[in-house]
Order: sequence, then C-alpha cells, then structure tokens
Amino acid sequence: MAEINSMTVAAEMKPPSRVGDHVFKWITGLMAFSVLVLIVVVGWELYKGSNLAVHKFGFKFVTSSNWDPVEENFGAWPFIFGTLVSSLIALVIAVPLSVATAVFLTELAPPKLRQPIVSIIEMLAAVPSVIYGLWGIFVLIPWLREHCFPVLQKWLGFLPLFQGPIYGVSMLAAGIIIAIMIVPIITSVSREILRSVPDLQREAAYGLGATRWEVTRIAVLSYAKRGLCGAVILGLGRALGETMAVTMVIGNRPEVAASLFAPGYTLASVIANEFAEATTDMYLSALFEIALVLFAVTIVTNILAQLLISAMGGPRASRAIQ
Amino acid sequence: MTSELLEPKAPSQAGVPVGKGLTPMENATASRPVEPPARADEVAFHVEHLNGWFGQHQALFDVSLQIPARKVTAIIGPSGCGKSTFLRTLNRMHELVRGARLDCQIRLFGDDVYGPRVDPTLVRRRVGMVFQKSNPFPTMTIEENTVVGLRLNGVRDRRLLRERMEQSLRMAALWDEVKDRLDKPGISLSGGQQQRLCIARALAVQPEVLLMDEPASALDPIATMKIEELIQELKRDYTIVIVTHNMQQAARCSDYTAFFYMGKLIEYDKTEKMFTNPTHKQTEDYVTGRFG
Repeated sequence: MAEINSMTVAAEMKPPSRVGDHVFKWITGLMAFSVLVLIVVVGWELYKGSNLAVHKFGFKFVTSSNWDPVEENFGAWPFIFGTLVSSLIALVIAVPLSVATAVFLTELAPPKLRQPIVSIIEMLAAVPSVIYGLWGIFVLIPWLREHCFPVLQKWLGFLPLFQGPIYGVSMLAAGIIIAIMIVPIITSVSREILRSVPDLQREAAYGLGATRWEVTRIAVLSYAKRGLCGAVILGLGRALGETMAVTMVIGNRPEVAASLFAPGYTLASVIANEFAEATTDMYLSALFEIALVLFAVTIVTNILAQLLISAMGGPRASRAIQ
Repeated sequence: MTSELLEPKAPSQAGVPVGKGLTPMENATASRPVEPPARADEVAFHVEHLNGWFGQHQALFDVSLQIPARKVTAIIGPSGCGKSTFLRTLNRMHELVRGARLDCQIRLFGDDVYGPRVDPTLVRRRVGMVFQKSNPFPTMTIEENTVVGLRLNGVRDRRLLRERMEQSLRMAALWDEVKDRLDKPGISLSGGQQQRLCIARALAVQPEVLLMDEPASALDPIATMKIEELIQELKRDYTIVIVTHNMQQAARCSDYTAFFYMGKLIEYDKTEKMFTNPTHKQTEDYVTGRFG
C-alpha cells in the first residue's frame, strides 16, 4: 500500500520547468557570440577606414618601405618588420627567463621564498608601460650604449646583427623593454601550468630513481609543454601590441636594417606617434591600414601558434629523453 | 637474528612473539621450518623502530618487521592507518612530502637505506614502485614509457633497450597486447593495460624489490585479476610488497600479511594464519570485516 502511494506521489510531481535552462543557454550563447561579433566589427571598421589607402596602394602597402606623409606615399614594411623583430627579440629573452623562474617557483624554491617572488613578479606586471619607457630612456639606454652594446659588438661584431653605429635607441633596446614587460605574464601563466602537473607524474619519475632535474624534464616540462606554449603565445600577443614603452626606446625611424643596434619603428608606435598629425584623408587612411595590418599580424601569429601547438600534440614530437 | 626485532610494539599474547616463525632466517634453525624452499633464507628489508611524522602528526609508531625476499608481503589496514606511508618509507618516497620526517633503521639486503651518504635516487632504482593510479608519461609512447628508467640510467644501446623493453613488457603480461602498437602513446591503453605498463616500466630497470600501492584499486575485476596473476609470476624473481584495501586480494596473492592500525603494526604473520587464526582480536575483527 505504501509503495502504491509513493508511486502516485511521484507521478503527480510536475516535471521541472525548462524555461530556466533555455534562458541560461541563450544568455551565455549570446555573450560568447558577442565576442565574435566584436572582432568582426573591429576588423570591418578598420577596413572601412583604410579604404582609401587600400585602393591607392594595394598590396604594395605591405611591401613598400617608403613612408612619406608629405608626398602621401605610404608603405608599411618597416613597421611590420619592426613589430615582428622587436617581439621576436623579446620572446628570445623572456621565454627562458620566465620558464626558468616558473620551474624554480614550482619545483625548487623553498616555500618561504615562493610567495615573495610571486608577489614581486605580479607587481612587475602592474607597472604602467610609460614608466618602463621612462626607465628605458634614462637608465637602460645609457647603460646599453656605454657598456652593453660595445661589448656585444666587440665579441659578436662579425655577425651583421651586431654591426653599425651605436645610438642607444634601437631595435634591441625595444626588445629588451618588451621582454621585461612580458616576463610577468609568461611567468605567472607558466607557473599555473606547472602547478597543474599531477604529483603522480612527478612520483612516477622519482620512483624510477630520477634526480630532481630529470623529474622536472621528463615528468613536468614534458607534460606541460603545450600549456607552456600557450603561455608564450599570450606573451607574444602582448609583445606585438606593446606601444608606449617601445615608442620611447626604439628610435622611431621607418627603416629596415639588419643590425639590432639600428633604430626601428613598430606598427603600434607609428599609430600612436602620428595619429594627431594625420591631417589629410589619405594620411589618416594609411594609419588605419597600419592598424588593420597590426590586427592581421596579431591574428595570423596567434593562429600559426595555435596550429603549432596542435601539431606538437603527438607523442612522437616529444623526445624528452634523448 | 633475534625474534625481538620481529615483535611489533603491540602486546603479544601469552608472551609469544607475534612474528614467531616468520623470518626465514629464524626458520633455518627452527625445528619445524615454515618455509622449506631454497633461497628462503634471505630478508629483503630489515625495518627497525620506524617512526614517521607529517609535521606534528605522527603517522607511524615504532614499526619493526622483516620482509622476506622473493615473497609477496601484503600490508592491510583501514584507511589512514599508515600503510601507504610505511610503503613509501621503504624507497624513500616519504621524504618527498613537505614536512615529512622519519626516525628509523631500514636495511635493504643489508645496506642501510637511510645512511647519511646514501643517495635516495639509488635506493629508488633498487626499489621500484607502482602507484594506485596508473601514471604513464602522457607524452611518451608505450616503448618510451617502458624504457624511460633505463634511459635515465644512461643506457643508449638500442639493441639492449629493445631487448629489455620486450622482456619487461612480457613480464608485465602486456607484450602480446601492445607489440603491434609500441609507438602509440602510453595513455592510449586501457586502465588495466596502463597499470601493467607502469609495472613494466618499473621492472625494466631490474629492481630488487617492487612496491605496489593499491595497484588494482582503480581497476575492474578482470584487470585486477590480471594484475594478481602477474604478482604471482613476478614473485619468483622479485620481492613484492603490496598495500591493499582488498582483503580477498591480500589473502589470494600474498605469502605474508602485516596488519596496520592507527600507525602501529598490530600483527604480522603468514597470510594463511592471519586470515584463519589471527593472534590479535583487532586483526580478527578487521579480516572478518567487523570494522575498517
């Protein structure tokens, strides 16, 4: 009897309303979709703004090295070159530094030391970029000019990279400033990635009689490889768009030079520097096209990096032990 | 060797040492040997007065016992009784946990495990370990996973690596299942296969002892059965210490059983005796399922 009662109760219970589920689904879906719309709208606006320049210069805009606002002759290649090279220098410096710091913090540092170091690194990220720029002009550049660059030239001067006159303001100085600015983000993301490596992986390696370094190499770094690449991409994204500090130390000369001691110019810097002076429609349109190119460079490098990550997913790609 | 070392801290009844007749060394002179086979006179681990702490919390209390060579010794007891901690002291994995301390005298085939000049990595190369959850290295293939320990030891000879890989996978009863896909990732295998891969990985460096920390607790019954069969095969060459939650498993596959409770070794004896006629009330209650 009791059983029958409980069954009828169950049958009388109304199924829960699904309206909430639908609302939830639509709201979250809309939010996600709006990000996509935003990217498309930004791209479209940039394209519209640069219409004039696009029609006049066509593809030559990205290959020409001539940037002459007076004659209204515009080519963006030096800026593209400057953006890519300064970001590359920054990554070359920042990635080993950041990953090593993250490894130290997660695997080796005594617990008392961890939090202070993490806090300092996070503070580094909070410093406004214009302050890095000022520090670059008044401290870094004189030091590079007096001490660092001459030594580099002496020992590595046989490479075209380290030849030519030394001004101080240079592609290399910009790369160093960007490196300092992207170290915090790469470090803190890498640290999170390394912390997410299961202890079981470490124990597996320890159990085989691995030393600390071997454990880090085969169990931690190898496991975290893809995540670490993601951290590097985040850093690259910041490096490509970095404007203020770079503008202050790169020298702002639209030339393509082999030497890292030579001044350069980046896409972001030229927009920041010349936007206020762009009085003619064509000049403004050319700057818009610069922005469009920066937008495209950022997206393309990100896509390439994503492809790289998914390509390295296979086990064959990892030869931690060789 | 006196029986004193074998005697756990817990009071033994009627003055009879709990581990009486346990060690093969003693058996050799006993009038009624418990274990006749040859080579039975070897002890793998001498553990004396082992006390272990995590920070302020003491996890192990004055544990002393001897683990015979080429036998399966099961460690049983309710959760939190210190059985895994005990296992991890045997290959110095315990000290990897932050705040872990230890006060003991452990010898592995006569060599001091915790001596001041002893490199823990060398201990771990002699004492392999298999964990509760299978943990193959996800970025490595089956082949790479199997020989990773050898590579760490500096073995570069391809033929030797190949040979040892096949041998280890055969010993782990996995060879027939994976021989055609050695270049696939280790994590592409099923749970039970992954655990056997981990066993093969541990065997490849030819350790003297294999520690197993609940190796089958995450596996289905068939995979569990395979692991147990494997243990029976392996004990011909290896000393095996297995921690298990599963009393049937301990009864099925071990020669000796140690019962831990609240960080103390309560009783340690031949498995048969432990499960049919235990000396201590607590052991009896536990093995019959009255608590734990």
